[in-house]
Amino acid sequence: MKDITQQLIEAVKTAHDSTSPIRVVAGNTKHFLGRETPTQQILNIGEHAGIVSYEPIELVITVLGSTKLIEIQKVLDEQNQMLSFEPPLFNDQATIGGTLAANLSGPARPWSGSVRDMVLGVKLINGCGELLNFGGQVMKNVAGYDVSRMQAGAMGGLGIMTQISLKVMPKHEDEKTLKVALCEADAIVLMNKLTATPKPITAASWYQDQLHIRLSGAANSVEQCFKQWSKEHGFSQVHEGPAFWQALREYQHDFFQSSQTIWRYSIKPTTQPIALAGDTLLDWSGAQRWVKGDFNTELLNELALGAGGSVAKWRNGERSTETNFPLARPMQQLQQRLKRSIDPRNILNPGRLYSWL
Amino acid sequence: MNDVHPRKPVSISPTALAAKFRTFIDDEYVIEDAETQKPYECDGLSMFCEMPMLVVLPERIEDVQRVLKICHQYAIPVVARGAGTGLCAGAMPHSTGVLLSLAKFNRIIEIDDLARTATLEPGVRNLAISEAAAEYGLYYGPDPSSQIACTIGGNVAENSGGVHCLKYGLTVHNILSVKMLSVEGEAFTLGSEGLDSPGFDLMALFTGSEGLLGVVTQITVKLLPTPEKAQVIMAGFNCVADAGDAVGAVIGAGIIPAGLEMMDRHAIVAAEAFVNAGYPVAAKALLLCELDGTQEEVDQYTNEVQRIFNQHKATSIRVSQSEAERALLWKGRKSAFPAVGRISPDYYCMDGTIPRSQLANVLTKMECEADKLGLRVANVFHAGDGNLHPLILFDAGKSGDFEKAEQLGAWILEYCVAVGGCITGEHGVGVEKIRQMPIQFSDAEITQFHNIKDAFDPHRTLNPGKGIPLLKNCQEYRAIRQIDAATAGENRA
Repeated sequence: MKDITQQLIEAVKTAHDSTSPIRVVAGNTKHFLGRETPTQQILNIGEHAGIVSYEPIELVITVLGSTKLIEIQKVLDEQNQMLSFEPPLFNDQATIGGTLAANLSGPARPWSGSVRDMVLGVKLINGCGELLNFGGQVMKNVAGYDVSRMQAGAMGGLGIMTQISLKVMPKHEDEKTLKVALCEADAIVLMNKLTATPKPITAASWYQDQLHIRLSGAANSVEQCFKQWSKEHGFSQVHEGPAFWQALREYQHDFFQSSQTIWRYSIKPTTQPIALAGDTLLDWSGAQRWVKGDFNTELLNELALGAGGSVAKWRNGERSTETNFPLARPMQQLQQRLKRSIDPRNILNPGRLYSWL
Repeated sequence: MNDVHPRKPVSISPTALAAKFRTFIDDEYVIEDAETQKPYECDGLSMFCEMPMLVVLPERIEDVQRVLKICHQYAIPVVARGAGTGLCAGAMPHSTGVLLSLAKFNRIIEIDDLARTATLEPGVRNLAISEAAAEYGLYYGPDPSSQIACTIGGNVAENSGGVHCLKYGLTVHNILSVKMLSVEGEAFTLGSEGLDSPGFDLMALFTGSEGLLGVVTQITVKLLPTPEKAQVIMAGFNCVADAGDAVGAVIGAGIIPAGLEMMDRHAIVAAEAFVNAGYPVAAKALLLCELDGTQEEVDQYTNEVQRIFNQHKATSIRVSQSEAERALLWKGRKSAFPAVGRISPDYYCMDGTIPRSQLANVLTKMECEADKLGLRVANVFHAGDGNLHPLILFDAGKSGDFEKAEQLGAWILEYCVAVGGCITGEHGVGVEKIRQMPIQFSDAEITQFHNIKDAFDPHRTLNPGKGIPLLKNCQEYRAIRQIDAATAGENRA
């Protein structure tokens, strides 16, 4: 374990005193996400890593902010536990801090929760160089504002996370993947209907007229459900299931092998197919949808709004303007005030989420 | 920015203010007289009381907005209130402020069974959500003990939990979006119908903010499929340590029970006398372990849990064989507070959390401290998630008894923090635990909270005096309790 907290505090204090923006980097596996920002001084926090404590029977692990997910997974594996939100490992280089900052979770997300949901507490350095501790290492803690979960998706703009405590879960005893040929509209209805039943479903994805479903849990329960759904809906078993979900989790599915602009919708799962020419992939039972191609941003925004959610430019395309879903002026101002309350000189990853933030 | 003086209220008499409200709210729902205001003087924690300047019960969201705008104009404190079942005096009125009741907003706006969501007004009761969703085979997860009366708006404000948190999460994990009004009366939507939203996650921040950042006007919650089967395994043990080890072993075996509750001997005896559920009254500790899921899963794990309990020296084991029996076994636990109320004139309920491994240690030390003060403590414990509810028994009629109870309460919270836990797991800080905040947080952390508050409510008129203490009060408290300011909060890893 290497703890460089003091060094990081000094670096932030220096940046604060001279009002010099810094770009915080650990594994640098998510460089493609968010806006391209003008040249900023890079603060590399990658070596601030290691397991602080792990209590399997408490279901809690505490790690330094830049600990690689692969290291965490290794330790959890030994106790037959896991990170239930299935984060992408990005060739084993992704860190827990980056995963939380980008709020990235895999195919199990609607059923098993997101990285945000599993955060119990963080230690962070705010924009003044103060080391602060929020939340804790227990499942429930409602003292003070929830600054820990607010880090999810903040892209490092609300502090540098030096330590993170997470809830972990036991691994499932058994797993099976099923598939059936279905058009997009029918697949959307079926995935949501199945999710509304008390069965052990933990993933649902549709691509090119194939609906894939994953069942995980107690062995008897998985087996019974597999038999029942095969009979009722014509599913057949996919033996290379784990590889399929792994590719989806790592954005290595064929869909993502492209230099076109890739867009990510986060919307109401039951939304009818979004009528756009081009390749579409559905995950999270329809709540996360991917499309690729050159589209008019305003048109996509309108579709997302109609579907109760948002759309963002995920990868490729022009990234010096905005990549995220536009927010109304009063919300922009509120977000700016919040950022200033933690980072008064706006030195932590400014402009990464939005040009105005 | 810390400890700024809030803007001074602009002078307006209660009568003039009431007249303004009556231009858009029904006469009878603008309450000026002390007698009609009386039921609003406290929430579920009745030892903290205050009379407000005015009580209003608007019936339309736009009228809530107008109330907020007028109060903002005159810098008048606003305390929002749901059913008033909270246990931290978070909804206690402000003497020069308006008590804004949201009780009239009790409409379920929509249930979408395919998307598994319910859209609700803030005054909808927690249990009413599950009752309405039942016809679709769905329910709402978080189930605080007050669920029969407490409202979803209050649940959001407090980030309420319940007995099923370990498996199904807190309020923050079970809501999709919240509509809120800012202190200026401006409307915001936090979250969305998708599973994440652009920008900073204000919904995470807002949930559990105890009415300090805004007023909830609408909530969309996630609904879960009702499990095929649920079964309770009850086991008695000869000592708390054995029961604690059994809990660890269940979780270590990869089983996540839907609920896992522990009661100590005082609580067992009181609950049994109250409901006759057949609790083992000679046991020193009792576990109630509920398993839910598919038929096959529950059957498989029920056998395993029984085996584990036996291995850990359970003195008795009983498995519910029907829904009625399951309900009966739970009834004792759910009635623990009123049951304890029967064996003592008064009781004071605490809400600390601890790492589960510290349970036996904390209970032993607690009994020692209670003995020193001549008090008794009954304990009920959300064993699955480490949330301890010690009930300090005292007699308010006896001079000095309440002070002793408060003293023991403070010791318990300090000790929870010392062993790596926190001062409140689900009841909130409110007025009750505001003095203990400096045990868990340093001055820099408290200052950060104030700065966040100022981003939403710079004049600090939303629920003032709750949640986050002033720095000077932190320093005084630490001096009295002999806590070193430099190390405050550092016991937490």
